[in-house]
Order: sequence, then C-alpha cells, then structure tokens
Amino acid sequence: MKITPEEILKIARLARISLSEAEVEKIAPQLDGILSYVEKLGELDTGGVAPMTHALKVCNAFREDEVKPSLPRDEGLANAPAHNGEAFVVPRII
Amino acid sequence: MELHSQTIHALRDLLDRGEISSVELTEALLARIEAVEDRVGAYITVDRDAALTQAEEADARLRRGEGGALCGIPLSIKDVLCTKGLRTTAGSRILESFIPPYDATVVEKLKASGAVILGKTSMDEFAMGSANENCAYGVPRNPWNLEHVCGGSSGGSAASVASGECIASLGSDTGGSIRQPASHCGVVGIKPTYGRVSRYGLLAYASSLDQIGPLARDVRDAAIMLDAISGYDPRDSTSVNRPAPDYTAALVPEVEGFTVGIPREYFGQGLDPEVEQAVRRAITMLAEAGAKMVEVSLPRTEYGVAAYYLIATAEASSNLARYDGVRFGYRDHSQHELIEMYRHSRSLGFGEEVKRRIIIGTYALSSGYYDAYYKKASKVRAMITADYAEAFSRCDLLLSPVAPTPAWKIGEKNDDPLSAYLSDILTICTNLAGLPGLSLPCGLSSGGLPIGVQLQGNHFAEEKILQAAYALEQGLGPVGSKTAL
Repeated sequence: MKITPEEILKIARLARISLSEAEVEKIAPQLDGILSYVEKLGELDTGGVAPMTHALKVCNAFREDEVKPSLPRDEGLANAPAHNGEAFVVPRII
Repeated sequence: MELHSQTIHALRDLLDRGEISSVELTEALLARIEAVEDRVGAYITVDRDAALTQAEEADARLRRGEGGALCGIPLSIKDVLCTKGLRTTAGSRILESFIPPYDATVVEKLKASGAVILGKTSMDEFAMGSANENCAYGVPRNPWNLEHVCGGSSGGSAASVASGECIASLGSDTGGSIRQPASHCGVVGIKPTYGRVSRYGLLAYASSLDQIGPLARDVRDAAIMLDAISGYDPRDSTSVNRPAPDYTAALVPEVEGFTVGIPREYFGQGLDPEVEQAVRRAITMLAEAGAKMVEVSLPRTEYGVAAYYLIATAEASSNLARYDGVRFGYRDHSQHELIEMYRHSRSLGFGEEVKRRIIIGTYALSSGYYDAYYKKASKVRAMITADYAEAFSRCDLLLSPVAPTPAWKIGEKNDDPLSAYLSDILTICTNLAGLPGLSLPCGLSSGGLPIGVQLQGNHFAEEKILQAAYALEQGLGPVGSKTAL
C-alpha cells in the first residue's frame, strides 16, 4: 500500500475535507493505484534538471501601487453565506 | 440550412445585409435549445431574457453600422468563466448560487464585440474530468450518439456547438479539455499558447496549465473567436504582453513550405485502428498539398499523464482552498466550530473527483513527499518541454490524433479514474509545455462517432496551426453532419 487509510484521513484533515469511513474505503484503492502509477516518473533520471513551474520564461509583472476603484462592499458581500452588512460572519474563533 | 446550424461568418453576412436580425437568430437558437436540450443536456443555465435583450442591443448597433465581428451572434460559455449577474457554478454544488459581480476578461471582450450570451454550459466539476461525467448538474450526451459521452471537461460547450444550441462557444483547456471534447463531438477546438488569452475571471483549476479557447463549427469561426478573445490583460499577471495577430488573415489554404512532424509516440499501443486510419488520411492529404512530412520523437510523452496528475492536483489543492464557506459558495450552517465548518462545507459542496484530486495534490505537496512527487513532476515537465523544443527545431507543426479512441459509452469508465486519466495522454503534454493545439474533425468511426486530428505548434504559432488546419479542412471536406438529433 502506497497510502494507508490513516494517512488519507491525515491528508484530508490538512485539506480541510471530512471523509466518511465509506468514502475512505472507496478512495483508498483508487489513490493507491494513482500513486503507484506516478511512481513511473522514477524511471527518468532527472539529475541536473531544473524544475519547471511556468510555461513561458516570463518575469514578475509589476505595476504602480495606485488606488483604483474596486468592488463596492455590498457587491463583495452579496455572495456570502452569512454577513452583517459590513463584514463576513464566521463561527466564533476566540 | 437552418439558422441554428450556420457558421459565424455565414451569419455575419446575413446580419450585416439586414436579411436577418439578431433577435430572429437568437429566437431560432432558443427554439432549438427548447427542442433538443432535454436530450442533450449541454447547458447548466440558459438565460433567455438576457439573451434577447443583448440581441436587441446588437440589432441597434448593427443598424447604426457599429459592432464587432461577433455582433449579434449567439454563443454559449463554459460555466467556469465569470459572467456578471449570471450564475456561474463550475459544475459544482459548492457554487450552486454564486452570481459573479464581474465579467471574465474574455466575456467582457465578447460582449464588447456585440455577442449574445445564451447561457452557461455543462462541464466536469472545476474542469476535472475527461468525459463531463463529473458534473453536479447531470451528464451531457454526445449529439452524435446519445449513449456516449461528449468528452470533457468542456463537454457542454462542444455538445452545444454540435447540437446547434449555439453558434460557437468558449471552453477552457488544462490537459485537453477543449481539444478532446471538440474531437468527440466533431467540432473545431483551439487551446491557445499559455498567456495568449487572459485568465482573469476563469475559476482556476491548475493555474500554470489553464488556458481559455474557442469551440466552433469550422476553422474560420474558431479564428474569429480567437481574434475576439486574445491579447494582453494587466489583470492576469501571466498574460503575455505581445500584440495579437489577425488570426483570420492566416486562413490561406496552402501548406507548401511547411514541415509537419509526425510524433511516433502518438501512434502507439492503445490507439484505435479507425482513429489511426482517419488521422493517416489527414497526413496523406497534407503531404499531397505540398507539406513536407517528417517523423519526429517526443520520447517523454509516456510520462506526461503522471507529471500532469501531480502538478495539476497540487495546484488545484491550493486554488480550491478558497472555497471555505466564508466569502461565497456553500456553507454547512449546522457546524459551529470554524475548522469543522470548513471541512463540512467542502465535503458536502465538492464532488468525489474534486475531493480525490485535492487529496492527491495535498499529499504531493506535503512534508516528506514534496521532493518525490511535486518536484520530480516539475523536473519531468521540463524534460517534456525540452522534447518539444527539439522536435520544433525540425518541423513547424506536429500532427497526431487528439484522443486514442472515439467517445466511450456513458458510465464505462466511472469506477476507474486512472483509466480515464490515461485517455488524456495525447493532449496533456501540450499544456505542460504551454503550447497551442487545435482539434479538427477528420472522420467518423464505423459507429458514427467523430474522430479528430490534432495540430500542435510552438509557442505563439497559432497562425501556422490555423493555416494548416484550414488547408486540411478544405482538403478533407465535410466529415458528416448527421447527428442523432
């Protein structure tokens, strides 16, 4: 096994996803199959190869820090599951 | 020919000469949607009233002699692109009631050109899939055979063009999501060079791979659409500041002087003989038209799927962290502790494939595994890109199949995600290298399902791709137009 049900639960917690026992049971062999498949990359000698993170050789895109019009507050709040007209409302944290 | 099955360029003439109005045209499309949509399921949302209002505005602009190349043309948009005031779900329950407060840049550009937006098309949830079977709002059916999938993830966009439920559409392509459904539904699809089209307002899946592009009835329509959406956008920091050419000007049916590479690895095991035969016919056609054909090798192609599923899922695990039930999207109100609220909102809001990919991606980025998975995949990505550079030192374009088989039956690959992933092998490397690619219909299987041929080019070689595709389209003639509708 590349990945155990316990590891899946740990990773799911990190990813802020809750999985039922049945879900873990179902995806465990699937994840195992996928992780076994990607082992294939080990066949390639990548020594001396620089990792590629961007498709084109582009530099940072900088711009002047100017104040420009932005989304009005009511429009920014309009899609929130809970708000008080001024801010997003979340369960009590402290 | 009925209005709903016409091309943009044919309709442009009719609209400009005043022979039809955009309102009449839009009504014809809405009637077609009414007639066939219950069998196809290409749309998640149809916005009848807004479409007719936009059509009236387009007619007013036409009467004033204004309006762009798309003025009055009814289009559909993949439901992954933000449309101001029009629900945008990404095919997910988590965004079931999300109404974007702004337009994606590409949508803004289409509207500026006078296009009419009929609605938002079905897709695999957050663009994760190859068959459009991972959609929270139902599975669209292939207009050529309703038992078969449309391909994915832009399945609804491809189906809406093939079924006459729009004139053309916009999709997005992260590993083949425009080209593969275009191939399966018998339409033309273009994935532009990374950075050619602004991604502002595209709900991100894998930001270093995602690119927006058109699906259309023919190469000219695809070029017209690409003209409308290309160009630099300061709101997308990866958008490339380089002038966009006039793509329709590239449509000359000549390929003399072109060297076309045939990548040997794309004709290997698992390629359906009928697909191979149809693609070989296209090769013969281009050779007869004067293109020089050479065999080339992209030796690391077979590692593309593995590299892709680590890079794309890693990026997705980060991109989809924003769906936390706070600023937008679904929240499980029964949870009163913050972390549990996040976890339950995401678990109930996301579908199975999305959760699977977030978990793989989180794993690939997690402490102790980062070097073995994500970093290794990023190095293989560099090697795959180097293979292309080597190939393009010998040829202008690469010609291959788009998908190893025609569209499979709905449900056939449901319980085996890996086998569906492997069907993307011929399109995935294009995205890893950030290259442009096009899918063109080139034949029908004995079962009556469309087969596509793929042209890939070097960065910003869209014009060459379009020119060769145009020549090929003229040479091949119509590959059939009898859908199951």
